[in-house]
Amino acid sequence: MSDVEKRSAPVPADWTYAPAPESRDVVTIRESYDLFIGGEWVAPRSGERFATTSPATEEHLAEIAQAGPDDVADAVAAARQAFGPWAALPGSERAKYLFRIARILQERAREFAVLESIDGGKPIKESRDVDIPLAAAHFFYYAGWADKLEYAFPNRTPRPLGVAGQIIPWNFPMLMLAWKIAPALATGNTVVLKPAETTSLTALLFCDVLRQAELPPGVVNIVTGDGRTGAAIVDAEVNKIAFTGSTEVGKAIQRRLAGTGKRLTLELGGKAANIIFDDAALDQAVEGIVNGIYFNQGHVCCAGSRLFVQESIYEATIDKLKRRMATLRVGDPLDKNTDVGAINSRMQLEKIAELVQSGRDEGAEIYQPPCVLPEKGYWFAPTVFTNVAQSYRIAQEEIFGPVLSVLTFRTPDEAVEKANNTPYGLSAGVWTEKGSRILWMAERLRAGIVWANTYNRFDPASPFGGYKESGFGREGGLHGLQAYVDLSA
Amino acid sequence: MSRLPIKKTYKLYIGGAFPRSESGRTYEAQGQNVAQGSRKDARDAVVAARAAQPKWAGATAYNRGQVLYRVAEMMEARVDELAELATGRDEVEKAIDRVVWYAGFADKLAQTLGSSNPVSGPYFNFTVPEPTGVVAIVAPEEPPLLGLVSRIAPAIVSGNTVVAIASEQQPLAAIELAEVLATSDVPGGVVNILTGFRAEIAPWLASHMDVNAIDVTGADGLRTELEVAAADNVKRVVAGAVDGQSLYEISAFLELKTVWHPIGV
Repeated sequence: MSDVEKRSAPVPADWTYAPAPESRDVVTIRESYDLFIGGEWVAPRSGERFATTSPATEEHLAEIAQAGPDDVADAVAAARQAFGPWAALPGSERAKYLFRIARILQERAREFAVLESIDGGKPIKESRDVDIPLAAAHFFYYAGWADKLEYAFPNRTPRPLGVAGQIIPWNFPMLMLAWKIAPALATGNTVVLKPAETTSLTALLFCDVLRQAELPPGVVNIVTGDGRTGAAIVDAEVNKIAFTGSTEVGKAIQRRLAGTGKRLTLELGGKAANIIFDDAALDQAVEGIVNGIYFNQGHVCCAGSRLFVQESIYEATIDKLKRRMATLRVGDPLDKNTDVGAINSRMQLEKIAELVQSGRDEGAEIYQPPCVLPEKGYWFAPTVFTNVAQSYRIAQEEIFGPVLSVLTFRTPDEAVEKANNTPYGLSAGVWTEKGSRILWMAERLRAGIVWANTYNRFDPASPFGGYKESGFGREGGLHGLQAYVDLSA
Repeated sequence: MSRLPIKKTYKLYIGGAFPRSESGRTYEAQGQNVAQGSRKDARDAVVAARAAQPKWAGATAYNRGQVLYRVAEMMEARVDELAELATGRDEVEKAIDRVVWYAGFADKLAQTLGSSNPVSGPYFNFTVPEPTGVVAIVAPEEPPLLGLVSRIAPAIVSGNTVVAIASEQQPLAAIELAEVLATSDVPGGVVNILTGFRAEIAPWLASHMDVNAIDVTGADGLRTELEVAAADNVKRVVAGAVDGQSLYEISAFLELKTVWHPIGV
């Protein structure tokens, strides 16, 4: 081919991406799923089942078992039976099972990522690059702890608690499963875990992994169902409850467990401040703002949902933010170019819409970039509210959707005061080029995680959890072990 | 003619002052009339504790350690008085040694409970312990001094401030301790001590929205009620040792903050 011919290659008519869907072929979804108890698939005693659908297409995916109190009792009994031998295993042997699980997850990563996106609606590039690799890494991290626990707790002999009941949310199904199961098993506990009702499929696929890893039956039991199943776990003969979800349900669980002596850790809601100082690298900060609130459709408990911009750079920041938002691709979660996927459920979509309406009613100014939303499924365009007062519901309540509220500040003290003015305390972001200011802010922000010049970054070695009404206990890192050990001896 | 001794009025200890109960009530304990604290007193104590908290937490760890050590010094000077009001000299000496033990821990918490975390990416990631804020303590009924000290010391050493309800039947040692604190270097409001009926006062502290944690170690018979109320604002519920000391008694009153600090040129 001559140089001339090369140069005259046809110029594309426009610069939009061509569809680039990830293949669904790697995934096999069964018609119906039972409960995973004692290493076996067991039909729910109630006979009750419910449908799980894809939020992007509303297509029916499978029938899921609704576990009743009897089923939960069976699962707890299986976990109890497995507990003695599992706790008695040398830590080095428990570690090997966890290493195996990590390795299998890595090997089957694409299958899990695709299934996660089909079932939950999150973009494939997130499930592929964030959720599943981090889940595998989490198992790998805690595997290494299993035979080193005495180094984590000076002057104590850490002992397992027994059976841990674990209830996880729908925003990061596999990652939350890993955050719960990995430290529990490493410390010698056995588990009864309930995935969220709208996102059970990857947890059920994980049962395959457990079998592949030859994990002893009963060490991990997966029971599916709605809030009633969760309540049954809380009331069951378990030694510990670990819950990730809304603050409202977290409080109900804390009340329910009062006086029972059952141990509890809670990872609840948030309304995080993302604070941009006038010396911040603005383009980088705008990326961080977008990642902070539109990552995973804003279905993130630590989402940077309150943006605090220093007044002197307000116009420039909002201008850049709006332009960046216009480039976000909303649509098919399985498309590799998609930035913002489907809202997880109709119920969640309605909740977001209701709060957004309250923002309009209270007088905030709304901006949504022009984007065509698919006709079927649950969708919400990336949204930013300016002209927001601290008292507005959109500045106070967790929306759990792609909705950002912008406020301003003048001085660092004012930023701290406004940022801390919330019952929550999960996370915060700080953007500045000044290292001393980062640490000054970090000292004063009442939040369990402070990201500086980054946002929504997670790592198995980094403890995660909140202050105040965002819950108590940590997941990840050395400190994540404490939630699953008895240190009384 | 023999001299008529001056009798002490036993009052509450709130914000560094010794007020009577706003309710005007007293009750009889250990042969004395003691202030019977009310809901209003409990709220005042929380306000005082909240006001004192940022400065106490902001003090250097070395300073907090010295302040606690000074408390031990002042207690030592009152061993006889304390012994008479508590169960004896043995209890008082243990309580003093306990304060000294915690005093020495003030500047070792970040080192024993914190960590730097090897994350994937260009970040220096570290975890530091921080005080949770205002802590309500239902002190053990007995031993009246050692039980109280064993619960207060691990809470304040990290920078929390406390509102403690003294032993109901034997409150005099707690009041004596308040006098020790008032004449030591502990800033007013860091430790507040209420006397009265715990079943009456404790529920108000358990449900108070500006209290961050509640220690139910001494709350026999009330625990379930207090734990239910504590959920209103997701309080940390602590049940520790009546007579014991450890790093884990301190960590129960701590939050952990993890910071991702960028690395770059």
